Amino acid sequence: MIPELGQFALILAMLLAALQAFFGIVGPALKRDRWMAAVTPAVCGQVVMVATSMGCLVASFVMNDFSVAYVAENSNSALPLFYRVAAVWGSHSGSLILWIFLLACWSLAAAFGTSRLPKPFASRVLGVLGLISFGFLLYTLATSNPFLRLNPPWPDGEDLNPILQDPGLAGHPPILYTGYVGLAVAFAFAGAAMLEGRLDRDWARWTRPWTTAAWAFLSCGIALGSWWAYYTLGWGGFWFWDPVENASFMPWLMATALIHSLAVTEKRGLFKSWTLLLAVLAFSLSLVGTFLVRSGVLVSVHSFAASPTRGTFILAFLVAMIGGALALYAWRAPLLKSDAGFELTARESFLLFNNILLVTACATVFAGTIAPLISSALNLGKLSVGPPYFNPTFLLSILPLLALLSVGIHARWKRGNLSDHARILILTLIAAAVIGCAVVFGLFTGGRVLAPVGVTLGAWIILSSLIDPIDRLRRHISIPRAVLGMTIAHIGLGIFVISITSVEGFTAERDVSLAQGATAHMGAYEFRFEGVKPIEGPNYSGVGGTVIVTRNGAPVAVMHPEKREYWVQHTVTTASSITMYRTSNILIALGQDLGDGRWSLRLQVRPLVTFIWLAAFIMAAGGMLAITDRRYRSTRAEAPAAAPVGAMTRSEAG
Amino acid sequence: MSRFSRFILPLVLFALLVVVLAIGIRQSPDKDLIPSPLIGKPAPDFSLPSLTAPGQRVSSAQLRGHWYLFNVWGTWCYACRMEHPMLLKIKQMGLIPMVGLDWKDDRADALSFLKEQGDPYQTIAVDHDGSEAIMWGVYGAPESFLVNPQGIVVYKFIGPITQQDWEQHILPRLQTGATAAAPASS
Repeated sequence: MIPELGQFALILAMLLAALQAFFGIVGPALKRDRWMAAVTPAVCGQVVMVATSMGCLVASFVMNDFSVAYVAENSNSALPLFYRVAAVWGSHSGSLILWIFLLACWSLAAAFGTSRLPKPFASRVLGVLGLISFGFLLYTLATSNPFLRLNPPWPDGEDLNPILQDPGLAGHPPILYTGYVGLAVAFAFAGAAMLEGRLDRDWARWTRPWTTAAWAFLSCGIALGSWWAYYTLGWGGFWFWDPVENASFMPWLMATALIHSLAVTEKRGLFKSWTLLLAVLAFSLSLVGTFLVRSGVLVSVHSFAASPTRGTFILAFLVAMIGGALALYAWRAPLLKSDAGFELTARESFLLFNNILLVTACATVFAGTIAPLISSALNLGKLSVGPPYFNPTFLLSILPLLALLSVGIHARWKRGNLSDHARILILTLIAAAVIGCAVVFGLFTGGRVLAPVGVTLGAWIILSSLIDPIDRLRRHISIPRAVLGMTIAHIGLGIFVISITSVEGFTAERDVSLAQGATAHMGAYEFRFEGVKPIEGPNYSGVGGTVIVTRNGAPVAVMHPEKREYWVQHTVTTASSITMYRTSNILIALGQDLGDGRWSLRLQVRPLVTFIWLAAFIMAAGGMLAITDRRYRSTRAEAPAAAPVGAMTRSEAG
Repeated sequence: MSRFSRFILPLVLFALLVVVLAIGIRQSPDKDLIPSPLIGKPAPDFSLPSLTAPGQRVSSAQLRGHWYLFNVWGTWCYACRMEHPMLLKIKQMGLIPMVGLDWKDDRADALSFLKEQGDPYQTIAVDHDGSEAIMWGVYGAPESFLVNPQGIVVYKFIGPITQQDWEQHILPRLQTGATAAAPASS
């Protein structure tokens, strides 16, 4: 009964989404007020139906209903309750339901957030969101219904893939999808502007907080995914340039470009058509990413069960949404006129370079991701593109970006005169270079060529970001939250650059084979292997080793790397043991039993690796702080109907 | 660049991308199945203890010269139990002998299961620690490999074989392979 209810709710949600799209887009075109008034109720109805459906799927998992094929394939009665809930999005069909649910939540937020904007514009935004939602609901019902029954029901389920049985799995997909789906709102704003054929500075001001919020979620989601890969896949890597990772990283790069281009459009009324294009592309890349991951055209470690029907359907959806948006762009964008020009050293130029470099970086990642596909489409044989391609090409566009950032944030709008800040900028650069060289050559030895450059750039970003806030503090001028948020995000980027440089340059790693009681050395660290013991978990058994780590004779940690065999799927996973010691991560993974009490072990010391993820959260926090800026809450004199910040504005709205 | 082409360019690039993606889908017809690098290649050589005849060994050398269906199973595997009646049916048809690989199983469990449910296999090799299954690239039980008289893997099937799978995927390959091979062997 519950699965059928869920399916029925899903069908109703699809019909409501169709109504939402129809009234939202056709209503303003025909100037029918009552049609436009029906849009928000349709959104609310859709949210209720989607939530019901999601609830039914969760309930089927919690109650171990193995007559539902999706539950039987992804859960087991021995699976702890927490993972039974997380298993809802552990595979293809359920993760679509999660996607649709989050889209419904964003639509609801957008319905409230745009309630004070001009009615036709708000309807169009919701109409475009309705179209997207309709497409995904149709796709789910047609090709990936999670409520299909099994006859006869299975006595027990096949269990959740063991590498997904991890707290990271519970948080990573929902947060990542929140970011992905959030870009749909920016896309809808762009769509509404193009349908209206009008785009002004207010439009940019309305769009900015939504874009930044989606970007912040995306940042957290990617960081969580990388963190999860680091400690569950057991190899100690944190980024593999895997198609699935790239699928989340490309929209992030586009969204970053969009945030900066929106700033120009809002402040100066420039880059209008470019901003529109970025808003379309950012969400398009999340859709293309979905296609790449779920159609099975690319092989990936994270891949979902793939099928050609699903691939064909998503491709048709891509053509309709992205093709439609780009055709609308080709038609409408030439109408947009820039308000003014700017000088070469003005802030606009720097942001233009920022955009060009970010888009170039995104294009290189995109090229590397689909190169295997093109190669096999042209019958050039199987091609594998990995870090040897991605690392250098990505750095080529990112290094200049980092170097320009420190100068760019001090450039003025419209008229560039950098001489005001030249002295302090040079001073901070020298200070950063000193820090960079001191860190690289003082604390560590034998780093690579890029290491001092990376640390210098990272330190320069942090130091130069602090110039303006410190100056304001000294002169007792208040700092707007948007500026503070930007500063925090840039400092986060600086920390990110420094930590990734240190990880890439100074990671020490050894694969050793140790008998019980034997020791291995790596740098100042000593690892003493105390043998293995059998262990027993709720739905797995295995062996756990004990390794005592000391540094120059002083105790550091006692670590317990494990090898687990999950009962139902008989898969063996490596649960590496990770501990943080003085900003470095020590990782020990248990390898093979070599017989006679000897085991192979992987030892790894990665300096500052934790700060990579921390930095991503700092960036996201900066973005979130910027959203709360007064500018987005207050309604300006020339635009009395403007309060686009969604739920956050409601306390102020009265 | 003219004004017109600047705005139309994204659409053109996207159209090109769609063409590539469409070819990508068309070229991956059997995406439900995980491609096996073994297809078209010789089956791994093995020599493993026999489940049913203690002390004897089952080896790939003995299996040369005729078609066989190599089936990876275990009593712990629910889907294998579901597949079992179909395997008995295939045995009854008498078209192809089946070689079982009892994967990571308990010997006594396996024997009592076959005694209860019937034994569809010609011979059964024991892969107690799962190392042989790794040689075959086994992803999860049940999996079946169709091997020709030259010892080449012709086809790999993942999951329980149903009547439909047998008729659509396995039998045609066996028949076309058998007729193609007939002149050569005679």
